[in-house]
Amino acid sequence: MPVITYREALRAAMAEELDRDPNVVIMGEEVGQFHGAYKVTEGLLAKYGPRRIVDTPISEAGFIGMGIGGAMLGLRPVMELMFFSFYSVAFDQIFNNAANIRYMSGGLINCPIVIRGPANGGTNVGATHSHTPESIAAYHPGIKVVVPSTPYDAKGLLKSAIRDNDPVMFMENTLLYGESGEVPDGEYLVPLGSAKVMREGGDISIIGHGRAIQMALKSADLLKEKHNLNAEIIDLRSIRPLDVETVLASVRKTSRVLLVEEAKPFCSVSAMLACIIQEKAFDYLDAPIRRVTSVDAPAIYSAPLEKEQLPTPQKIFDAALAVLK
Amino acid sequence: MTKKSPATKNTEATARDARQAPINAKLGADEKIQFYRDMVRIRRFEERCLRSYQQGKIGGFLHLYIGQESVAVGCCSVMGDNDHLITAYRDHGHALGVGMGMNELMAENFGKYTGCSKGKGGSMHYFDPSRHYWGGHGIVGGQVPLGVGLAYGLKYKGIKGACLTFMGDGAVNQGAVHESYNLAALMDLPVVFIIENNGYSMGTSQELSSAGASLAGRAEGYGMNWAIVENGYDVYAVRDQVSAALKLAHDQSKPSVLEIRTYRYRGHSVADPDSTYRDKTEIEEYKRTKDPIIYYQTALLAEGVLTEDIIKKIDESARAEVETSAQFAEHSPYPTMEDVKKDVYWEVDNPQDKKSTGCLFFD
Repeated sequence: MPVITYREALRAAMAEELDRDPNVVIMGEEVGQFHGAYKVTEGLLAKYGPRRIVDTPISEAGFIGMGIGGAMLGLRPVMELMFFSFYSVAFDQIFNNAANIRYMSGGLINCPIVIRGPANGGTNVGATHSHTPESIAAYHPGIKVVVPSTPYDAKGLLKSAIRDNDPVMFMENTLLYGESGEVPDGEYLVPLGSAKVMREGGDISIIGHGRAIQMALKSADLLKEKHNLNAEIIDLRSIRPLDVETVLASVRKTSRVLLVEEAKPFCSVSAMLACIIQEKAFDYLDAPIRRVTSVDAPAIYSAPLEKEQLPTPQKIFDAALAVLK
Repeated sequence: MTKKSPATKNTEATARDARQAPINAKLGADEKIQFYRDMVRIRRFEERCLRSYQQGKIGGFLHLYIGQESVAVGCCSVMGDNDHLITAYRDHGHALGVGMGMNELMAENFGKYTGCSKGKGGSMHYFDPSRHYWGGHGIVGGQVPLGVGLAYGLKYKGIKGACLTFMGDGAVNQGAVHESYNLAALMDLPVVFIIENNGYSMGTSQELSSAGASLAGRAEGYGMNWAIVENGYDVYAVRDQVSAALKLAHDQSKPSVLEIRTYRYRGHSVADPDSTYRDKTEIEEYKRTKDPIIYYQTALLAEGVLTEDIIKKIDESARAEVETSAQFAEHSPYPTMEDVKKDVYWEVDNPQDKKSTGCLFFD
């Protein structure tokens, strides 16, 4: 199977959907002539032309709103936020208009839009460019939220997101763009709402999403190596819809749970998961649920500290041992 | 229109000339009477809404359109088959203007399932995409980027249509509006931005809220065509200017900004006691000299198109229609608790085509 990067997988998904559906358009800052701030859309302008690949001004509220209006009329805009952090500039358009338009019109209007871009810390760019707003987006009924952690999922999930008739927030990660993995040529889809068991194990369930999953896999190696413990790693892949069943199946199997994510701890995805698990699988738990999140402060600029503010394989390893104690 | 429309010269002469403009000169008596009827229907509807609100049948916010009828009727009357419309929360006039029925509108206000949005939107959130009516939006200026997007969609699909994108004079200071201006001008989108300038941004006058000489004139900064319809109470003048802007959008895919001067008789919403920011004599003076219905009625009487008898019949018919709508709303069912979670996700409402798995609701 071909090995390509996460970035190339995203690009392949967009190209295939551009070929498949004439209503798909790619829009955003620097997506055309500049080839994308992170080169995700590189080459698309040359192939599809300026009608399909649309450079926008730095004007998130305006162009995201424009995409929503186009989606209401039947287009399938795929909007790039250079950093997902800039969603806050378009907050009203996303969460009042895209999220609510179907509801407030009594189901008369759909909004098949994808808003994608990197949502991560760890790149030494400070608090304004390091937001991880999965839980903020997923808080809003009407919105779907997807967070791929591998090239395979990046392609399969993005294709599903583009075909989805509801608005999808698709959160990527600049630190994963260059990571490689096996990705089949051509058509396949990963449905929204299905988690993936990345590694099977019987001693503890480590559950999360995004780059934290890659760290969890490293910590699972350490757990095996140093303590002969078998961690089961669950990548949620999709936050809303959420694959509650796969999570609960793992919890029932291991009875010990560690939740991991890059976001801040308050009202986060892991906080929601902890609530769901205690509600639906309390009797299976042999220890309190623990979490590894970012340290609860704005993202610090200073590079060595920023690394420590985020989850690390060591922190996940330590927390897993604490759950298993 | 040129860079600045000839009709920007808003003299009394041009006001009188609007009747002679080609778009109006070709009108038959039936059409003229229809515009009159539409304005009267809006006013009677709004009056009945107010009564229902006072009776506790309508809740929340209710932004009445009384005094501004000539704007919605004039604008909607020049829309072609491929033209679209989006507006803010003072949306009743436009909804009636595009032909939505009073029953579904009144029922929506009552929060009933028979409402145009199944009681999920309320007075500020009417929708009817089958009539190219895209709302009804509650956040000041928030609908303006959507209007640009609708225009973008029309152009992308190769449809020769435009989107009339309404906003109030309070919206012009929102960033999203300026971003929309820039995008529309930059991309040559067929959108007509219409500022319904009723003089007050809620309870703050234009003088106290907006810098610069004119609101529409801000279009200059974006190289956009603009014009002011000084006598927005005159349905002929509205039709004349809006049709020119639509032609520019249709023929050249160029946006424009029209500022239509108008006036609201009631408070910002009915919750506004309207006692702090303007003088009652100001309202009375406008009603006496510029009421859009009286003004048009006088014109049509002079033209020999209307008679006292027709006026009476139109009024009686409108009163009966609104009363029927209030009865319809009263006797309609509320949505059920099961309805609360419908129309959230397309997928959930169309299970046969559902592709995703997993949980979408968390209660």
